[in-house]
Amino acid sequence: MTGYELNVGEAIVFWVCAVLSVLGAIGLITSRKAVHSALWMALTMINLAILYIANNAPFLGMVQVIVYTGAVMMLFLFVLMVVGVDSSDSLIETIKGQRFLAVVLGLLLIVILVWGLGSSLSGLPSVGLDAANRVDGGNVQSIAHLIFTDYLLVFEVTSALLITAAMGAMVLAHREHWLPKPTQAELSVARFKGDDHPGNRPSPGIYARHNAVDTPALLPDGTPTEASIPGALRSRADVQPVEIEDGRANEEGDSQ
Amino acid sequence: MNPSNYVILSALLFGIGTLGVLVRRNAIVVFMSVELMLNAANLAFVAFARMNGNLDGQVVAFFVMVVAAAEVVVGLAIIVQIFRSRRSASIDEPNLLKY
Repeated sequence: MTGYELNVGEAIVFWVCAVLSVLGAIGLITSRKAVHSALWMALTMINLAILYIANNAPFLGMVQVIVYTGAVMMLFLFVLMVVGVDSSDSLIETIKGQRFLAVVLGLLLIVILVWGLGSSLSGLPSVGLDAANRVDGGNVQSIAHLIFTDYLLVFEVTSALLITAAMGAMVLAHREHWLPKPTQAELSVARFKGDDHPGNRPSPGIYARHNAVDTPALLPDGTPTEASIPGALRSRADVQPVEIEDGRANEEGDSQ
Repeated sequence: MNPSNYVILSALLFGIGTLGVLVRRNAIVVFMSVELMLNAANLAFVAFARMNGNLDGQVVAFFVMVVAAAEVVVGLAIIVQIFRSRRSASIDEPNLLKY
């Protein structure tokens, strides 16, 4: 097989997946929110996996789905959860004219790359991987054969890289405790030694005329207590004045 | 139609990723653009492996994926660490090294 002509099915797969992956890439760099960027990137990754499989690389296609759309995207989304979803771009330019120049030069790079590669690669014959895959009985077996013979040293060094990365992430994500963590006994002692009343506060409306939330409870001597009103109502000054028996109206804010 | 179309597609994706790195200010989006560039390079490796009829390109693409995964872990840990001290994920913020 010359492998030069692609059949119609592959052409359809290529054009659909190419358009979708470029769409995902453009969405990735133009979305305002980082979460949308992550989802566009997942679209690109899945389409690239299909393109790998169309390119006689089923093993890499599966690894792409598992590693990128599975692990890496999940990591990105978790970090977005930590950093905050609404962390959008600042529009201030630290270097003057940087954005405009970046767009112009970036588009120029795209044009040069596409034009150069297109003109130099057009008409180049393609051998195809059927023969190479057939030697060891399949794509996975052939890749395994290469990894464990020619690339064995690289493969072993990769393990050092992975363990270093895991250690680095643990060290970077670790947060140092400067003070010893308080125990439950210490917390309880601190609570009773503090200025706050350790028990329950009186409920609103006790001994008062109404039992609405904004009606302060009355103390045994008949004065209202502010502690029975929820803090939100107190800070809004949304407390009902209480009429005490001898007739003088008690303004809110009149504490016990 | 020719297998080199895959290489051209990868060049396009690489260029878009470069544009993202240059234009965006959010560190996480910049990082995703870097991932896009790595993936574009992988697609070129796979396409060249097919054009040359040997599997070395696929093995290299596999190693690129391993390195990219390790890089994502460390890079995101650094971003989280910077966010903890600066309360911001913008790449304009950590400019204290200048002074």
